[in-house]
Amino acid sequence: MKSIWEYANPKKFIETSQALLPWVTGLTVVCMVVGLVWGFFFTPDDYRQGSTVKIIYLHVPAALMAINGWFMMLLASLIWLIRRHHVSALAARAAAPIGAVMTIIALATGAIWGQPMWGTWWVWDPRLTSFLILFLFYLGYIALWAAVEDDDTAADLTSILCIVGSVFAVLSRYAVHFWNQGLHQGASVMRAGALAGDTEERVSNVFAAPLFLSMAGFVLFFVALVLLRTQTEIRARRMRALMARERRG
Amino acid sequence: MIALLTRDLKLAVRAGGGFGLGLAFFLILVALVAFGVGPESALLARIAPGILWVGALLACLLSLDRIFALDREDGSLDLLATAPLPMEGIVTVKALAHWITTGLPLVVAAPLLALMLSLPGEGYLWLFLSLLLGTPALSVLGTFGAALTVGLKRGGLLMSLIVLPLYVPTLIFGAEVARRGAGGLSVEVPLLLLAGITCATLALLPFASAAVLRVNLR
Amino acid sequence: MEMKVTDLAVARGGVPLLAGVSFTLAPGRALILRGPNGSGKTTLLRALAGLQPPLAGEMSFDREAVAYGGHADGLKAQMTVTENLTFWAAVHGLREIDPALTAFDLEGLRDRLAGTLSAGQKRRLGLARLMVTGRPLWLLDEPTVSLDTASVGLFAEAVRGHLARGGMAVIATHIELGLPEAEVLDVGPLKAVLPAAQLDDFDEAFL
Repeated sequence: MKSIWEYANPKKFIETSQALLPWVTGLTVVCMVVGLVWGFFFTPDDYRQGSTVKIIYLHVPAALMAINGWFMMLLASLIWLIRRHHVSALAARAAAPIGAVMTIIALATGAIWGQPMWGTWWVWDPRLTSFLILFLFYLGYIALWAAVEDDDTAADLTSILCIVGSVFAVLSRYAVHFWNQGLHQGASVMRAGALAGDTEERVSNVFAAPLFLSMAGFVLFFVALVLLRTQTEIRARRMRALMARERRG
Repeated sequence: MIALLTRDLKLAVRAGGGFGLGLAFFLILVALVAFGVGPESALLARIAPGILWVGALLACLLSLDRIFALDREDGSLDLLATAPLPMEGIVTVKALAHWITTGLPLVVAAPLLALMLSLPGEGYLWLFLSLLLGTPALSVLGTFGAALTVGLKRGGLLMSLIVLPLYVPTLIFGAEVARRGAGGLSVEVPLLLLAGITCATLALLPFASAAVLRVNLR
Repeated sequence: MEMKVTDLAVARGGVPLLAGVSFTLAPGRALILRGPNGSGKTTLLRALAGLQPPLAGEMSFDREAVAYGGHADGLKAQMTVTENLTFWAAVHGLREIDPALTAFDLEGLRDRLAGTLSAGQKRRLGLARLMVTGRPLWLLDEPTVSLDTASVGLFAEAVRGHLARGGMAVIATHIELGLPEAEVLDVGPLKAVLPAAQLDDFDEAFL
């Protein structure tokens, strides 16, 4: 069996991801279109929340990817620090802006949802605040990548920042929970019995299927964007290497 | 190590502003908040713990970029890196020097400024204790940020962007201790959590700071 | 202790500069590095000092033996000459600074703030720092910048004394130091050869 690290060769990565990308993109479109259309037009309104509940098909998947995007960056950073595969570092770099945008989407859709439900655009609720802090971590990470000129140095620094940031993001989350018990409903999707039960606080099964579809769509969307952006980062890196070589003569 | 500490303290005194600037900034900040919020003492008393904690945090932030930048410019950092001191020791001493020159004066001055904000009597002890426990963590976290951005030409703003989110847990628990203390409530839980965060930060973060400093010296 | 370097390759900013650097240095010997600007002498010295990892190759000598002297002197303008030297001595666990002051003719300047010294005087103080480290292997990057002829003589004398005590020195320089006994390594021909650039083919180093 071939080693998985073979794909850490930039050229091999580009070849493989080129081949994968159309499939991933196609699946993304299918999942998102079906999930969102089904969710928006073919599910009943919630008896208490009305049609505003339908923003859940954007809000929950975006929030999911906001957190998992950071998690993926953490994994990629660890791989870079341990095995020093450049593709890994560049993938982390490529994922950061996507994760940041997902965080913005989660915050914005949350605000739009919260306005009719809670009567306010923003509350200092633990979940909202945690996401705001996560967004700040994304910003710092992206800014550090942009500020350091040497690519390997930047990869090392951002990897360590990502690890320290992960610890502090988790700490902040608990600190924020301690600081304010919030209005936000608990995690409703994965809770035991969520699929079977139709209690008002849970996501009942009418909504579950399209929600899972759009979540899958967002995951694939994220994967497709990361593949694409990693290719771009690899080419940009290659270009910088060639230019440095040129300057040296 | 002791030589490094005494040198840094000596430099802070001689270069001027080592002790004074942070304090002056703290004072001005408190005054500005009072101007902004209005002179009503009941309101000021209510927000005093928060103001003082945020003020201390910002005053700490102000002097962070000097921790390594000056040593990097004059080449001392390269020489220290080749000296028989472990890098972890160097960053710890640097953080300690920063705390003595910036954190400690703030801790001492905070009760005086609390007086100006008419903090209730029960709050002084807890404000003092929470700052005493929390500011070392601020210095150590700041040293990490400074080590991370030492090679950059204009790293100051970037460093704030990176360091401030790291300050969130310390700020939350620290201000909570002060706030509960002022309200006459039990402070035990946040105080222990604050102490826990400070201890963990002191124990683990120097390794991260040393690692990024080594990367930046390459 | 002998210093042995085999097939060392170093890179700056991801671009390989030197490859195949090999030399052996016995106690009491000095090595002069020569080569045009930008050829990688500084990078090589930093790699030898352990400040940056080499691309390839082996270095067998005790890292704790190294005293590095770079372009900057590591002096604090707000401290006096004595304080600066005492600090570096203390960092290396030593106390004695008078021989260093004497060797570089700094006794008259003992209590001057380092910030008020001239460029050449600062440089002399920076070089005197090497003597208070008590370390046998000096790695020096352009040590004679801004020194006048007399001071270069002082410096050569100090190096000679250091070698006589069994020390070693690797010195990158462009001028004649007056150390005829030193070996010379010209790094010019050791410039790393990059594989011909091909647009579609690249490895993990992106070159």
